[in-house]
Amino acid sequence: MENHKLYLYPVWLRVWHGINAICIIILMFTGLSMQYGNIDYPLIPFKTSVSLHNFCGVVASVGFIVFIVGNFLSDNGIHYRFKIRGLYKRFYKQIMYYASGYFKGEPKPYPISEEFKFNPLQRVSYAIAMYVLMPLVIFSGIGLLYPELIVEKIFNIGGVQLTALLHSIMGFFIAFFLLIHLYVASIGKNPLRNYKSIISGYHESD
Amino acid sequence: MRNKLVYILVFLFFQVISFKLIAQEDQANLSKSNRHCANCHGNKYYSFFNSVTEQDQRKRMNPFFIIDTVAYKQGVHREFSCEDCHASEYNTYPHAPELKLEPKFSCLDCHGGDETYAHYQFEDIEIEVDNSVHKNAFGFQFGCAQCHDLHSYKPVARNKKSLIKEIVSADNQMCLSCHNNLSKYQILTDHTKPELLSTHDWLPNQELHFMHVRCIECHTPVTDTIMVSHKILPKEKAVHLCSDCHSTNSILRGKLYKYTAKQLRSTEKGFYNSMFLNEAYVIGANRNIYLNIISLIMLGGAFIGIAIHIALRIIKKK
Repeated sequence: MENHKLYLYPVWLRVWHGINAICIIILMFTGLSMQYGNIDYPLIPFKTSVSLHNFCGVVASVGFIVFIVGNFLSDNGIHYRFKIRGLYKRFYKQIMYYASGYFKGEPKPYPISEEFKFNPLQRVSYAIAMYVLMPLVIFSGIGLLYPELIVEKIFNIGGVQLTALLHSIMGFFIAFFLLIHLYVASIGKNPLRNYKSIISGYHESD
Repeated sequence: MRNKLVYILVFLFFQVISFKLIAQEDQANLSKSNRHCANCHGNKYYSFFNSVTEQDQRKRMNPFFIIDTVAYKQGVHREFSCEDCHASEYNTYPHAPELKLEPKFSCLDCHGGDETYAHYQFEDIEIEVDNSVHKNAFGFQFGCAQCHDLHSYKPVARNKKSLIKEIVSADNQMCLSCHNNLSKYQILTDHTKPELLSTHDWLPNQELHFMHVRCIECHTPVTDTIMVSHKILPKEKAVHLCSDCHSTNSILRGKLYKYTAKQLRSTEKGFYNSMFLNEAYVIGANRNIYLNIISLIMLGGAFIGIAIHIALRIIKKK
């Protein structure tokens, strides 16, 4: 089969992705360190964690705006749109491919093209990560950075408490997403191929 | 529009009238002898007949000697008459100069060795105060009344109805009454008063900390035997390590949250009872055990799934 090179990831997207990736990793470790820190085993000193977390949080938030504006100005945004109808079927097809078809050497049910950069699972999970998890983590993060903005009490439970809860749950889901995102990216004939393409911008099809 | 204005004015008028009535009522609630003292010490001005000039005279009351009668009636010592603690010779004006030299009562003079007040641990508190930085610096000059205004004192921390926020505010007000008030600070010392904002500029989210934790959280050691630690440490020994509070073993559990945290306190689970400690959120100390379990199960499941997938990939490659 002839090797095609598709230019899927423009420069702005790669720069955003790279900065966002670094920020998310730092946010994850500093967040874990603050939440589960112990006097005897601090993963990262508390004060350092707070400063780093605040800094990376702001950078990632600015990055998120860049991503939204970029999607609006370019046609990158269409890759995150999906129809609910038939979603289950498409999910099933893709999951079956990862679970069995891939090992049998079957062709991809949703081959990558310029029009369809993501398979249905990616489309939905990326859309949820970027349009649900990220805004929630950013808004709750702004709330924690400026607690005076937060409603004092909601049904007798402290507003900061609830905001912190939302922030850490969203943070967890993003970390969970990252783990699966990183692994799924390695699925293919060459485990490193997808990692290379997000740096070079070119996707080599099989 | 005009009608509205009239209503507002009438409403305000009645507010002022009712406030005045309440104030007068409080004054009237005072015992006869206390009212006699409050005639002068309950106001900013006092008048008397000057026998030398043979004229009525009106003078400004020393602000430190003004007693808030409303607060007095709400305080724990409201039933006392002024003469119970001050010499009865104060009854006449001008007060005799030597009265200034009378020694003041300390809390222990009344509360020491009294079984009724045993749970307040006045004796233990006295030992702590004796070892505090204030007592070491100022000796006998530093007594209970420097922090606790005996004329208006009411228990906040030991009141089950108090919110943590109220405990924090009342407690910090005691420290700030000197540390944020140069004239009161200088009663004890000529030292330059440290600027609290700049001496605490190392503290992240300073305002938030000041509003939600007491000064004594960092400036006293943790004690299990006493409800409120009174041993103020020298500044070098104050808590500087964030993780002393922001961790499962948060010292706040043994201090500020002692009042409400008794319900479901568990050392292993940290502040997992935080849902009940509604007002308190401390990063690192509040962890929800159920969320921890759910997240560990999810992460464990994902890792197992990935491991199986990797194993199958390796097997298939061979």
